[in-house]
Amino acid sequence: MALFVIQLLNGLSYGMLLFLLAAGLTLTFGLLRIVNLTHGSYYMLGGYVGFATIQSTGSFLLGVLAGGAVVGIVALAMKLLLLDRFPRDERAQVLITFGCLFIIADQSLAVFGGTPQRIPTPVPFDGSMEILGKLFPVYRFVLIATGLACAAALWWLHERTRIGVWVRGAVHNRDVAQAMGVNVSLLTTGVFLFGAALAGMTGVIGGPLVGMYPGGDFEVLGLTLAIIVLGGVGSLGGAFVAALLVGFLDTAGRIFFPEFALFAIFAPMAIMLVLRPGGFAGRL
Amino acid sequence: MRRLTLAGFLAFAAILVVLAWLLSPYHLVLASRILILAILAMSLDLLDGYVGLTSLGHAAYLGVAAYLTGFVAIGYSDNLLLLLAVGILSSALMGALFGLIVLRATGVYFLMLTLALAQVLWGIAWQWRSVTGGDDGLPGIPRPSLGNLVFVSSSSFYILAVVMFLISAAILLRLVHSPFGLTLQGIRESSDRMAALGYNVWLHKYIAFVISSIFAGLSGVMLALQNGIVTPTQLSLHTSAIGLLMALIGGAGTMIGAIIGSVVVVLLEFGVSRYTERWITILGAIYILIVLFAPEGIYGPLKRLGQRAMAMISKKPAMGEPS
Repeated sequence: MALFVIQLLNGLSYGMLLFLLAAGLTLTFGLLRIVNLTHGSYYMLGGYVGFATIQSTGSFLLGVLAGGAVVGIVALAMKLLLLDRFPRDERAQVLITFGCLFIIADQSLAVFGGTPQRIPTPVPFDGSMEILGKLFPVYRFVLIATGLACAAALWWLHERTRIGVWVRGAVHNRDVAQAMGVNVSLLTTGVFLFGAALAGMTGVIGGPLVGMYPGGDFEVLGLTLAIIVLGGVGSLGGAFVAALLVGFLDTAGRIFFPEFALFAIFAPMAIMLVLRPGGFAGRL
Repeated sequence: MRRLTLAGFLAFAAILVVLAWLLSPYHLVLASRILILAILAMSLDLLDGYVGLTSLGHAAYLGVAAYLTGFVAIGYSDNLLLLLAVGILSSALMGALFGLIVLRATGVYFLMLTLALAQVLWGIAWQWRSVTGGDDGLPGIPRPSLGNLVFVSSSSFYILAVVMFLISAAILLRLVHSPFGLTLQGIRESSDRMAALGYNVWLHKYIAFVISSIFAGLSGVMLALQNGIVTPTQLSLHTSAIGLLMALIGGAGTMIGAIIGSVVVVLLEFGVSRYTERWITILGAIYILIVLFAPEGIYGPLKRLGQRAMAMISKKPAMGEPS
């Protein structure tokens, strides 16, 4: 029972991390119709930048902000200098993001080396607490709380503000939104920047738990991709449910069938594609 | 015109064969890799250039064929025909299965679904260590044999690669110029209109998808046999994206451009990696530059340049140019 509760909490905290990553990707995909292969790299780059910042300043908060800022600048440059030249050419766009994935992965390797790095857990949260007789790291509760707070904030932004109306309108029908006076070009750039910066900050926040290592970008990309397919592209709510599901499945998979942990995530995705091609949110 | 094409094809084939005696063993290895990856690029061009579907998941069909080739060659037999049959059958089945799912979507959704499904197989190969060897892969795949012929030397394996490439090119070129191929192009331009004309659009796309998977699989068989090892890389996004890049460099809907794309990518990989440790950064930058400056590929512009040069030589103004 204790083990079950602990694993449930592990899955929940990992799922929250995945939601923060998938939120940006699903909105970007919904708005821009771009499969951004660099999204996992944003996570890794953010983690490394945060790691370096924390090492030199000692401040975790500064690390989170630096990770988000640097990734945001990189993403903005990608969007304005490269991707905007190829509107509606998915092949050119996907290959550009692939090239950027190469560059970020290789430069991270050059600067930070091939050994996995872990960001030290920030000070007030680096202890453990007892749950049903087992020790459980406090930081995971911080992750769960952060994830829930971000999800609530995103929900409010998306459902209750004018910007949210624009985003939903543009996801649903870009041309009509444009005709109704929404500056879709500015909106998409903003959402792209926001999603990337969120992924960069998540790299720092997740750093004490997951850490950074070569290949981590591919892993995160695969997981977030599974989540947005499961949840339905462009849907924040769908991404939330799917991220929790993937978080639980991954945690359970690593314990009970380590050789099929990834399969345990991708198989439901494939089944979902057969039964409900639009994902939880039900639109394709 | 048709006779001219055939003559060109035969001349090209002859040049490829003669190269077996001209190139050094090292360059033969490169040339074999170019031809093998050109088969993948052609398979992608069939979908991308003729049906208008961009797949980012062809690593699935290439990788499945490569792994099964590895299993059979290591544990059972190195007979070339058997290995080809296993590879082609497995990729055809995989394509037939995944095709049912992905063909419900078009455009960027199709691209994402093909990628997502390929990741399923990558995940299995990566983690199922007891069977696939995980990231160590399946080493020790022997070179294939056919009766008394064993394709061990780099020149004999190169000839095998030439034969496989020429067979693939001949079949695919014949296919895209057949009524079936023309129907595919009609679907690319307007699937609604083709449906209204009474064509079964879905079935045409499905058949094209399975055929494309088969040639990706053939490329996978040859890649496994050349490298002597299969790793999850063959099933990864990297393989899918490189294939797409080669097809793009060649130019969509040109087929013959595939070999140009393959030459560019393979030579870049080998060339750049010899000069700098940071070759992946350089490659990434070059890939972006290629997309920026030749979004339609380089075969089309080259061909126009050639036609203009021909027109200059024969002192006739090229079409559309002021005389």
